[in-house]
Amino acid sequence: MIKLAAVVALIVGSLAACLPAGATEEELARGIAELAAAESYADKAAAAAVIGASRHPRAEAVLTALLEGELYTTRADARLVTAADVEGGYAIRDAVTDEALGTVGRRAVSRVSVNNQLRGTLRSVIAGLRLTHEDPAERRAAIAKVGESSDLAMVATLEQLLATEEHGGVRDAIEMAVATLNLDSPDNALRLAAIETVGSNSSAHVRAKLTALAGNAALDETTRAAAARSLDRIEQRVALYELVQTAFFGLSLGSILVLAAIGLSVTFGIMGVINMAHGELMMLGAYTTYVVQTLMPNAIGASLFVAMPLAFLVAALVGIAIERGIVRTLYARPLETLLATFGVSLVLQQTVRSIFSPLNRTVVTPDWLSGSIEIVPGLAITLNRLYILAFSLLVFAALLVVLRYTRFGLEMRAVTQNRAMARAMGVRTDRVDALTFGLGAGIAGLAGVALSQLTNVGPNLGQAYIVDSFMVVVFGGVGSLWGTLTSGLTLGVVSKLIEPAAGAVMAKIFVLLFLIVFIQKRPRGLFPQKGRAAEA
Amino acid sequence: MNGFASKATDSLVLLEGAKLNARLRPLAFATLAALSFGTAHAQDTIKVGILHSLSGTMAISETTLKDTMLMLIEQQNAKGGLLGKKLEAVVVDPASDWPLFAEKARELIQVNKVAAVFGCWTSVSRKSVLPVFEELDSLLFYPVQYEGEESSKNVFYTGAAPNQQAIPAVDYLMNEVGVERWVLAGTDYVYPRTTNRILEAYLKSKGVAESDIMINYTPFGHSDWQSIIAQIKAFGSAGKKTAVVSTINGDANVPFYKELGNQGISAEDIPVVAFSVGEEELSGIDTTPLVGHLAAWNYFMSIESDVNDEFIGSWLEFIKNEERVTNDPMEAHYIGFNMWAEAVTKAGTTDPKAVQEAIIGVSVPNLTGGVATMMPNHHITKPVFIGEIQDDGQFEVVWQTAGTVVGDAWSDFLPGSRDITADWMPPLSCGNYNVKTGMCSGQNYE
Repeated sequence: MIKLAAVVALIVGSLAACLPAGATEEELARGIAELAAAESYADKAAAAAVIGASRHPRAEAVLTALLEGELYTTRADARLVTAADVEGGYAIRDAVTDEALGTVGRRAVSRVSVNNQLRGTLRSVIAGLRLTHEDPAERRAAIAKVGESSDLAMVATLEQLLATEEHGGVRDAIEMAVATLNLDSPDNALRLAAIETVGSNSSAHVRAKLTALAGNAALDETTRAAAARSLDRIEQRVALYELVQTAFFGLSLGSILVLAAIGLSVTFGIMGVINMAHGELMMLGAYTTYVVQTLMPNAIGASLFVAMPLAFLVAALVGIAIERGIVRTLYARPLETLLATFGVSLVLQQTVRSIFSPLNRTVVTPDWLSGSIEIVPGLAITLNRLYILAFSLLVFAALLVVLRYTRFGLEMRAVTQNRAMARAMGVRTDRVDALTFGLGAGIAGLAGVALSQLTNVGPNLGQAYIVDSFMVVVFGGVGSLWGTLTSGLTLGVVSKLIEPAAGAVMAKIFVLLFLIVFIQKRPRGLFPQKGRAAEA
Repeated sequence: MNGFASKATDSLVLLEGAKLNARLRPLAFATLAALSFGTAHAQDTIKVGILHSLSGTMAISETTLKDTMLMLIEQQNAKGGLLGKKLEAVVVDPASDWPLFAEKARELIQVNKVAAVFGCWTSVSRKSVLPVFEELDSLLFYPVQYEGEESSKNVFYTGAAPNQQAIPAVDYLMNEVGVERWVLAGTDYVYPRTTNRILEAYLKSKGVAESDIMINYTPFGHSDWQSIIAQIKAFGSAGKKTAVVSTINGDANVPFYKELGNQGISAEDIPVVAFSVGEEELSGIDTTPLVGHLAAWNYFMSIESDVNDEFIGSWLEFIKNEERVTNDPMEAHYIGFNMWAEAVTKAGTTDPKAVQEAIIGVSVPNLTGGVATMMPNHHITKPVFIGEIQDDGQFEVVWQTAGTVVGDAWSDFLPGSRDITADWMPPLSCGNYNVKTGMCSGQNYE
């Protein structure tokens, strides 16, 4: 297979000398004509190389349009155009001159198709054109891309850029790119220097090159040893990053467990009520998010912030209804409460199936929640999980504040410690019960909002989390908020540590077995409640 | 005792047990009597059973197949039905619950007396209903790509066998894309497990080292893909071109692809080829981060042919929703239904034994401009297409076979099944015939 990127790079590199403007136009026109006529992906790649080599100011725009799948040919005259969706058809513009050509029907144009290999080639060509882009971030990206092209001819071009580049970050990028390219250099000294420099670059491309160098018997001892040393440095760093990443995965899984379980801890702890409908309260929170998004389709980002208080309210109201309707009448009969709340969970599931549909609902993730953030090169953290971790901690902190500093929190704590005494002191225990249940349910609703961003929103959403919630509460100690936090995060981290070795299912099994053994030793959990009333 | 009387007696026993009020008993008795009479007289239609999950984790894929069958039955009735009678659809919801599939299948055959059943998606659901169909000697048309290693007298496999989907996809990746390291990721049940066994054997036969193959299984509905995708990323950073062959089924695909996008794995770095993700699974998610990832099927909605245009047009009209899509299992039902109708017309009866004989050799047009023929092993001939996901949820065909491929029920790459062939025509009449030992074994031998 022709190394088209290399061909392009050679041509581009040699164009450091100026070309008369007319030749650029001609080159571009020739490339455009080839692209319009191209049948196979290989032909399209060759045409793209020609367009890139022309260095015409419009070349980058045309190639980017092709990469994004926005380049079309008109069926009538095989002309290359870009097309934008409008009512009933496409508004087309000439690909080269960007001149508006009016609106045509959908069948009048056909997209110039691209496949993965062609996309790879296009990115290399575009990177070659973007080396002198005005935005430093674009320049760095292009330079990094060129650095991985394995084309030694680009070294000269990059070094020329270094002479005129003022931006510090871009200069570093150029030096790294030159070093990466020089790994293939026939000059021993250059190669050795390059091997030392790339030790701080953890990319897969560099690792592959160093592995090849270290194993190449044709090279001398010093080079091979140097390559092995650099590789070691990189691999140690990568192992460290993987550990940090696993810890992050564990914390993020843990934070979801905490969010899910904390509402249960409140109701279970304070009232001793086993609420089997807890998962469905989370499901209601997720569906509230869906409904809010349907009502606010143009403000997806804001919709989450509107959904949070609404989900809290909806779930809290359902929770209070459950408390008033069922739990109150079955007070001091835990088994019946368990059965009755299980029935409520089935009713809630079926209600949702009947109102919405048994199929999953699509909840859109806002842009600022998608993608990942790179902390250091080689270590990236996904944004949605980071925000949800922060959100869980915020909810936990808010709950602590409510418990410690509000009148309601004081009454809740009093009722937990000694119900009869609290009543004697004038606390209206039945009102506290209802509001407590409502609070626990409301937090489940908030958990549902978070879950809607991570998993499918369907009527069975709650079923996946109910067992985990109980596990966390039992492990952490019933009624203890700090216990729930600790146990949730611990269980999450432990699961994620086991998962790479044993797989997702076995990790869950091990955690469950561990929990069973732990409960034998400490039946009351990590942080059990103390006091005469609790031990009664 | 005729059915009516025995039913009434059973009901009386039930009523006794329930300790119903004496006044209510005659009323209940009378209602039951009316109901029993009612079911006996609807013999003027030919009933067709539809056994697809309409709720649960597989509903995302199966609901549209129920709608397709309803459309096909409506179209057939518009042409005058079959053998002079109208067709009547009987729809049940087995709710992604595998044992419930068997119960519902029994109900369709014994209570509703359907002439044939079109249904199932996951192989575990098919394995679950297999004994029912063989015991009651009815017909199942199974429209979904599966793992092979089966050929039942009572099942017609209109979906792809591994040699019509999995093997050509791996060939494409190996030859056209230059993949050297493989991740086989699947949901934990029979289809991915068997397919991965076949693929592992195939890859090793092509010289791929054991250390270059990573296999991973997750439960249905799995949503926390962080660790697994980080592992895939790490596995793909060893310097060799890596690809993921995905047999992940159901709604677990949605968080899987989302996490791929979030962790920044593009199709140019590590392409994912999926066997259970089609237009239906992609409709409803934003496919911009997925552009370039692949799927292997025997049909894509984007394939240009007159038959396909007509099918899509009538589908959109039937379902009254311009946003709906068509996919490969829908084409399989289209082919299966037309083959069944032709076999019934040929045999002059809906009796399963007659249809089983008449259907072998039947050829009907497929939706991509070719022809599908029912082979003696109860599989059909299908073309193979590899498509890349576009940002509108459609697929762009990047490679296809020159003609159609004959479905092979027993993979040539597994030591156990290498010597086995299926041939339901006499004299063999066996789904599990060992050519070396000359013996017919396993299910359905006569």
